[in-house]
Amino acid sequence: MSQVLTAGQMFLAGIGRAVLGLCRSTGALVLFALQAVAGILVPPFYGIEFLRQMMRIGYFSLPVVGLTALFTGGALALQIYAGGSRFNAESAVPSIVAIGMVRELGPVLCGLMVAGRVGASIAAEIGSMRVTEQIDALTTLSTNPIKFLVAPRVLAGTLAMPLLTAVSDIIGVMGGFFVGTSRLGIASGNYIQNTLDYLTAGDVVSSLVKGAVFGFIIAVVGCFEGYNSGRGAQGVAQATRAAVVTSSILILAANYLLTEVFFST
Amino acid sequence: MTDTPKIALRGVAKSFGSKHVLRGVDLTVARGQSLVIIGGSGTGKSVTLKCIIGLIRPDAGEIDIDGTRLTPRNAGGFLDQFGMLFQGGALFDSMTVWENVAFRFLRGKGRLKRADARDLAIGKLRRVGLGADTADLFPAELSGGMQKRVGLARAIAAEPKIIFFDEPTTGLDPIMADVINDLIREIVVEMGATAMTITHDMTSVRKIADRVAMLHEGVVQWEGPVERIDDSGNPYVHQFVNGLPDGPIAALR
Repeated sequence: MSQVLTAGQMFLAGIGRAVLGLCRSTGALVLFALQAVAGILVPPFYGIEFLRQMMRIGYFSLPVVGLTALFTGGALALQIYAGGSRFNAESAVPSIVAIGMVRELGPVLCGLMVAGRVGASIAAEIGSMRVTEQIDALTTLSTNPIKFLVAPRVLAGTLAMPLLTAVSDIIGVMGGFFVGTSRLGIASGNYIQNTLDYLTAGDVVSSLVKGAVFGFIIAVVGCFEGYNSGRGAQGVAQATRAAVVTSSILILAANYLLTEVFFST
Repeated sequence: MTDTPKIALRGVAKSFGSKHVLRGVDLTVARGQSLVIIGGSGTGKSVTLKCIIGLIRPDAGEIDIDGTRLTPRNAGGFLDQFGMLFQGGALFDSMTVWENVAFRFLRGKGRLKRADARDLAIGKLRRVGLGADTADLFPAELSGGMQKRVGLARAIAAEPKIIFFDEPTTGLDPIMADVINDLIREIVVEMGATAMTITHDMTSVRKIADRVAMLHEGVVQWEGPVERIDDSGNPYVHQFVNGLPDGPIAALR
């Protein structure tokens, strides 16, 4: 009997430990995010670092984001045409591609790709700086590592991601346009007119807001995991993995919440 | 005023979870003196150093610098008079050698024009025996000994009043270790700085130290002038200095 009880207690203790751990890391992440925001708002500012991160997060992500959006938009057009033909709804292709890309797929896929590309590299970079004591060295050189490393990345992430999302939206719609006009025989004038008729300013705004939120998440989580990286190569590897997994899940969860805020009536 | 120690620690304690790393460390370092802390790995040498710099907040005890109590609020202010050489150099690998050395002068309060900062960095590099041709290399292109030198140049760039050395000779061959030891001694003497070094390299201790403190199990077991380490009469120091397997310090830690 006591044997069973101990096993049961161990099981409960395991659950308790996991829950406490989750609470602890959530709290730590929120505090870290607040510090990062404070670092963005309060001087000193490191402008050159910010510009460097804008290049890295924004500009160098363009190919990945563009290709993802192009193929997704094209595939979406094919699917809607195939599915829609059962209800004679082929004419809905442009509007559904536009709304699907701009409201959901543009920001979300862009966010996930950037989480993999940029979030991972931020975590690995800051993680190795932690492991090799470069972060401590910053402190001894009278430089606050949160301000010098984290704030520029978080600001750049938050500002670059809406731009990337806009690019993603446009190229996604363009992918649908290419497939729609060349493979599905929709007249190009009609395609563009149909897209413009159905797309509202609200769709675009929601898309860009999602982009900004996802960018913030990617940069904060990447910096957080790197900053708290464990020792050695293994610590950095784990930080990188955690950065990608955590930010991807947070992006999907935030996407649901934002959709709820913007579109539920 | 001259009696105020540069650095004073009283009863500094720090635990990580159930691990009591420091159990009440008392230490004083007089102005212009070079103190070396010796002790095995994992005895809290680095933690002591990090408490003084403000990287780690002690659970208990007091740290005074120049007679001023160190608090989380004023810790940042003291950093301007500190310089630190890290064990692995801790050079910023995204920056060139001269940008590393001139780090403090490229941003913030003491900002200089880029050309001036570069000249200053090259001067400091020369002081540690590196030519101007190394200035534009990246840290990854340097050997371990050269990285230590660059780290030293960065630590002394802003003429600090207190310099910390974290295992300055670890990972270097004996000849290079000797060169770095000499360099540290020369620079500390010539700058009139107060120095605090942690090491387990006895050659280093004899070269660098004015005074020696032996840290074991989170407390200072012995403290005295470097000349006395061979006849300290302290079983811990005796065992450590002579590298004996038997004694109060367990070999398995």
